[in-house]
Amino acid sequence: MNPQLPAASIDAVTSGLAAAGYIASRQIATAVYLAERIEKPILVEGPAGVGKTELAKALAAWRGLKLIRMQCYEGLDEAKALYEWKYAKQLLYTQILKDKLGEVLGGAETLTAALGRLHDFGDVFFSKEFVEPRPLLQALEQPGGCVLLVDEIDKSDAEFESLLLEILSDYQVSIPELGTVVATVKPLVILTSNGERDLSDALKRRCLHLHIGFPEQRLEERIVESRVPGISQTLRQQLVGFIHQLRTLDLKKLPSVSETIDWARVLVLLQANELDHATVKDTLNVLLKYEADIETALPQLTTFVAKAGRQGVFG
Amino acid sequence: MREALHRLFRAARGAGVRISPAESIDAMKAVAAVGFADRGLLRDALLLTLAKSQDEKQALADCFDLFFSQHDIADTAAPEPITNDAAASVAPALHQADAPGEPPLGELAELLLSRDRASMAAAVAKATSAAQLSDIRYFTQRGIYSTRILDALGIARLRDDLDALTASRPAEAERLAVMLQGLRETISEMVAQALALYGREESENLRNEILRHAPLARLERRQVAEMKALIRAMARRLRERHSNPRKRKRRGHLDIRRTLRRNAGWGGVPFLTSWKRRHRDRPEIVALCDVSGSVAQVSDFFLLLLHSLHEVVDDVRSFAFSGHLIEVSDILDAQPPEQAMREILSKVGYGSSDYGGSLADFEKNWMKSITPKTTVIVLGDARTNNLDPRADILRRLSERAKRLVWLNPEGRMAWGFGDSEMPRYAAFCSVVRPCATARQLERAVSDIIAAYQ
Repeated sequence: MNPQLPAASIDAVTSGLAAAGYIASRQIATAVYLAERIEKPILVEGPAGVGKTELAKALAAWRGLKLIRMQCYEGLDEAKALYEWKYAKQLLYTQILKDKLGEVLGGAETLTAALGRLHDFGDVFFSKEFVEPRPLLQALEQPGGCVLLVDEIDKSDAEFESLLLEILSDYQVSIPELGTVVATVKPLVILTSNGERDLSDALKRRCLHLHIGFPEQRLEERIVESRVPGISQTLRQQLVGFIHQLRTLDLKKLPSVSETIDWARVLVLLQANELDHATVKDTLNVLLKYEADIETALPQLTTFVAKAGRQGVFG
Repeated sequence: MREALHRLFRAARGAGVRISPAESIDAMKAVAAVGFADRGLLRDALLLTLAKSQDEKQALADCFDLFFSQHDIADTAAPEPITNDAAASVAPALHQADAPGEPPLGELAELLLSRDRASMAAAVAKATSAAQLSDIRYFTQRGIYSTRILDALGIARLRDDLDALTASRPAEAERLAVMLQGLRETISEMVAQALALYGREESENLRNEILRHAPLARLERRQVAEMKALIRAMARRLRERHSNPRKRKRRGHLDIRRTLRRNAGWGGVPFLTSWKRRHRDRPEIVALCDVSGSVAQVSDFFLLLLHSLHEVVDDVRSFAFSGHLIEVSDILDAQPPEQAMREILSKVGYGSSDYGGSLADFEKNWMKSITPKTTVIVLGDARTNNLDPRADILRRLSERAKRLVWLNPEGRMAWGFGDSEMPRYAAFCSVVRPCATARQLERAVSDIIAAYQ
């Protein structure tokens, strides 16, 4: 498929992502489709481990584009996100060019004349060669376009959000010394957030807002099928059924899709064919990450396993 | 269809989804990309472009469903055929109408008798847009809009036809009358739904406006829940306004440590300077609330507001008193608001108030917690039941604290009359202001927080 063209239909997006190993719900596929059509970034929110970052990876893999990832953290600033001057190189060059400069300026009689000659050379040291592009600038300069993933934007400071606004709405950045850099090919931008703090309205307004929750049972079964191919159908249904029951409990951290996949891998490694009480009890720490959560879940295990077992038979 | 989308946007704004013009342009682009054919898809596209949080997504989804269910009504607007027998009898009747000598029926009558649901729906939709039903704002307008739609459909002509038919063919006239009744019901249902959709914003604004100016002490029971919602919205607004203050100007002392670190790349030559920033104090509040008799309700709302401000207020300690004074911060933090208030009232509430005794209680146990950073807020009517007001304690309190604010739910007129000791207390307060309504309460709290910034 030609990477320059947006997908023809939402089904094409779904199958494309599926080919890259990402089973997308219709909401997700619609978001990707629209993002390409109306050229807007996608802001993905949702609990940890539901595949927010995976979406960007799958998108890049499907499109054959480079994935440029920027992990946000507190204190991230434009020198690390956008561009920086290569100071060392600038210093080195002035040293090397010292003689040359002497030659150029040698003929000048007065200080004013020397300055005038210097001015003729323009801002040699503040030119493109001395700019160190950071992820955001890199993304704009990719000749074939790319997928730009701004991960966990909620971890960054409010100032950094404002820095992103120009890129998100116009796909350009202004560097005072160089002027405005406009994207050669507009990158596909995906921002993810865990909702640790509220993002500003200005940022939200520029994005398509996609919320990924826990998937439905059928969808999750398909995700497990695609990620853990060695698993039997019965076990898959029982396992997903069990996790869905687990999510109804009042837990500190609900098991998400990534935990489901990990658990499926563990069960395959242990060569379990069916879910039984002992196996579940032994491997529960793969699913639940807090001691208190395990204690909450333990008394319910027998019922859950029994229910999940029935699902395996009739489902 | 663009028209319809704009109406949907307006309805969504009423439901609390903030949609800016730029977003509606984006939504239009998105809709152009996905088309109108698949309603589920259209819904997804609008949810993606317009809603900016989970709550907004829910509100918009509800709004979308309501909006399109309204259009479904138009589809079924034509009255259902009553029985097959009736349907059979209508055919000869229509033929008779064509017979020479009879005056031809009006458009609406023909339409009703023909049972053509599609064209009936089209006629109703046309009349609805002619009557500009989407402009409906208040529930009092229901009648006028129903009338307008019926007029646009040609009800006048139908009445003439009905009169004529009653004389010539009574059976058919009766059937027509039944159908007209059905039509009226459908239209009044449509209008009611349009009101739910478009009128929500206005009627809610109106209700909130009335509520904001209503005296807090004399709310009816059913208004209390609405007021609590309003107070929560107020708290959210105050948080938004005060939680992210602009940075102070960089001036003052050089931060040497940070400057050296920033300029390490130039061998410590300070090209970029860092300045020490002034720390901004966040409010520390001590609130003393009278919970006797009529003031209890106001105190309830005040405490609810104060304790929803965790993000902007560093430390709130709340005390409640009537006959004596206790600390209630823990009760308020541990329990949901309604339950907490009940417990507070059961401990100290509803007695006759003793300001002097309560102030003495406070001085004995908690005076040390007052620092020059603290704002002390007293909420009460200052009616001491002719007991010793102990204004001297209030003086010491105001000397220790940054500010002493007195909020009085009574109007200024009543201060100083009867057993009100307000003038005597007022001498030691930085600010005294009435707070009888939600609006005044919001202003008062906002000013207190702003004094720290």
